[in-house]
Amino acid sequence: MGVYWAIAVRSFRRFSTYRIATASGAFTNTVFGFILCGIYLTLWHERPGLGGYDASDALTFVWLQQGLLMPVGIWGATTTGELGERVRSGEIAVDLYRPTHLLLWWLSVDLGRAMFQLVVRGGAPLLVGAFVFDLKFPSSPLTWLAVAAGVFLAILVSFGIRYLVALSGFWITDTRGMEQLALVLSTFFSGMILPLVVFPGAIGDIARATPWAATMQVPIDIWLGRNPGGTGSALLFQLGWIVVLLLGAQLVTSVATRKVVIQGG
Amino acid sequence: MAVIELTDVARAFTVTSRTGLRRTRREVRAVDGLSFSVEPGEVMGYIGPNGAGKSTTIKMLTGILVPSSGTIRVAGVDPSRHRLKLAKRIGVVFGQRTTLWWDLPLKDSFAVLQKMYDVPPARHRENLATFVELLDLGDLLDVPVRQLSLGQRMRGDIAAALLHDPEIVYLDEPTIGLDVISKARLREFLAQINADRRTTIILTTHDLDDIEALCTRVMVIDHGHQIFDGTLDGLKSSQSAPRTLVVDLATSLPPIEVVGATVTKVDGPRQHLTFPPTTSAAPLLAQIAANYPLVDLSVAEPTIESVITQLYAPRPSA
Repeated sequence: MGVYWAIAVRSFRRFSTYRIATASGAFTNTVFGFILCGIYLTLWHERPGLGGYDASDALTFVWLQQGLLMPVGIWGATTTGELGERVRSGEIAVDLYRPTHLLLWWLSVDLGRAMFQLVVRGGAPLLVGAFVFDLKFPSSPLTWLAVAAGVFLAILVSFGIRYLVALSGFWITDTRGMEQLALVLSTFFSGMILPLVVFPGAIGDIARATPWAATMQVPIDIWLGRNPGGTGSALLFQLGWIVVLLLGAQLVTSVATRKVVIQGG
Repeated sequence: MAVIELTDVARAFTVTSRTGLRRTRREVRAVDGLSFSVEPGEVMGYIGPNGAGKSTTIKMLTGILVPSSGTIRVAGVDPSRHRLKLAKRIGVVFGQRTTLWWDLPLKDSFAVLQKMYDVPPARHRENLATFVELLDLGDLLDVPVRQLSLGQRMRGDIAAALLHDPEIVYLDEPTIGLDVISKARLREFLAQINADRRTTIILTTHDLDDIEALCTRVMVIDHGHQIFDGTLDGLKSSQSAPRTLVVDLATSLPPIEVVGATVTKVDGPRQHLTFPPTTSAAPLLAQIAANYPLVDLSVAEPTIESVITQLYAPRPSA
């Protein structure tokens, strides 16, 4: 196991070398945070209590969303992007020469990245937002713990989806269409456009059951204490998707490896 | 006992080509009927033109490709069945790709490798110290890999492939793009590692100086078939590559006429003649000295390039 920890640590360090990109990214998140706050304030002024959120919930949602965007990798992440590139170029063969498991290797790389971005890019927008607006914060240590677990699980769910998209390159020559589709689905169903709680009826139910909901809507609701079925069931919902996605990822990895080894790529 | 053993190995690929709506499937045999064995400590040059089947062979030897037929044993195991296990006992270097962490200092990559291959810390320190000295890596350890020159990066990659004391190392074009000094230094290092540790080295290259400097054995492959296996000298004498005679005359003349040789190039007063390796140079010289104002001369033996070129040349099919 030591090797995967070593990989995660190196990945964390690697992302810490991109100082300007990190600073400008956090700045962009903050600007977008203000823009969205303007929109949400208008919306919740017109429809108070929309989706069970009050105005303070909605504003907190905005800043958490801006903070989680990069760590969770809602719009993809450098790491899984590179994996897709390696699959396309055939350089993935180099990874197979190593005495490590492909899935665990890339999971470690991604967790190192996510942890760095969580620490640096997750906190900054939230701090600015809390300075300007009256935001909600968890009150009990138990909630903080649940939030930490929820964010960690959200990263795993997102990794599972991104990994599967990257590995689709073993079967599809041009994965750009796949990546576009993943981007659109992720943007909508994670709650990036609007919190999923505002969608009524069947559309809302379906949206809240997708794996993308587990990447952003669910951990934010844990923070706000607004999960319809309580925090426990929210964490279980995330865990369920992780099991499905990572089992799928492992299956696809072994099929892809066999394809390379037997058919020659 | 042989460390690498191939018995009648073949590898076919299915190539689908599409013309309009029709798809045609065609089988291409990248490697066919390959049998050879390599003893521990051998340094074998594995050469052939592009598309000859070199990479396919290396992929099968490392276990990331299964042969269509035949058997392969590397370090006593079937590579494709024990890929992860075998990975700990071999080292692989691709001249055109790196396994190092691009944005981190070189030493970080080495630290990950120590964990990846479970190298005992004391052994890791010892190896690292040796390689740092032999490859002159001391000043580079703290430099991010992306800032290294190609030659420096290559040295880092070679060290990375050897840190876990592999029994076998596959080097794919390790000197590609390097300057003369970097090439010489790498070759010297590889020769020393081979001498000190009896590491088996399989080297694929287009740079025949690599072969000349390092390899005790050369294997030539073309169109998936082995066409030569032996020593470098054996390779040279196996082919009847023509020898070259360069003569400097007192004045510029039209191509001179010599029985048993032909002028291939006239360069002012200098003329180049080729003659078959079976002919002795002495009577040719006598002829030229008798008939032309000869000032100076030299005889060039066939270069390994010309030998190989002749080997690759399409032969009349049987």
